[in-house]
Amino acid sequence: MPAFSFNDTLLLATALFSVGLAGILVRRNMVFMLMSLDIMLNAAALVFVGAGARWHDATGQVMFLLILALAAVETAVGLALIVCLHAHGRPTLDADTGNLLKG
Amino acid sequence: MHALALLAASVTVVGAIMVITRRVAVHAVLYLVVTLLALAAVLVMQGASFAAMLEIIIYAGAIMVLFVFVIMMLNLGQTDSTREKEWLRPRAWLGPGILATIVCAELLYCRRPLSGPAPALAPITAHDVGLSLFGRYVLMVELVSFLLLAGLVSAFYIGRNRMGRH
Repeated sequence: MPAFSFNDTLLLATALFSVGLAGILVRRNMVFMLMSLDIMLNAAALVFVGAGARWHDATGQVMFLLILALAAVETAVGLALIVCLHAHGRPTLDADTGNLLKG
Repeated sequence: MHALALLAASVTVVGAIMVITRRVAVHAVLYLVVTLLALAAVLVMQGASFAAMLEIIIYAGAIMVLFVFVIMMLNLGQTDSTREKEWLRPRAWLGPGILATIVCAELLYCRRPLSGPAPALAPITAHDVGLSLFGRYVLMVELVSFLLLAGLVSAFYIGRNRMGRH
């Protein structure tokens, strides 16, 4: 009997994804929005690994690797954008102040 | 579910909740590291020790260091917290929250536990993952390398543009 059944994994991943989604919806600070995105990506990766363990297939962990690379790229580009916006003299990290497409 | 599994899962969820409710960004990064470590424990309990190692090394190691560097560079002000607090009055979120709770309760009520043969107990090792990764999914590896290259080039371009203007 494994410690986690697939149903428990799905429940945990749903809870994690909901927390990340709530973070994206509630917080306006861009650093916190990126962290919430990472939480959501982790929840999706957890579902892949759980399904791979359930059906005993290595494809789940292959998808986990790909999601990891995607998260690394997304975090790097997002943080570069944040640093760029901050260096252009924006006093706040509020995501709603960037609606004029003027950098 | 075992007690250890329950403990790791609850640490994960509580850590994630603490991440999105902190005011100071560095505290949120610390909680996010704890969340990722607990998630790595969950992955180990599912027999995916290779994925857990990658989670610790890449996520809790590399990506979190990136976050800490950027937060150190940013010198954050506290001006947005008043706006966030203003947005979080119960008038704003009570109606959608109740409706979303109803839909979520319907989903939980209707869910069927997944039945079928018991899963195999043997863990999936790095050997299996490597054989699958560089056998059937080698095209995926190439595409991911393109993605990483594109991310590298775009991050470099954004940084270079900033240095050029100022």
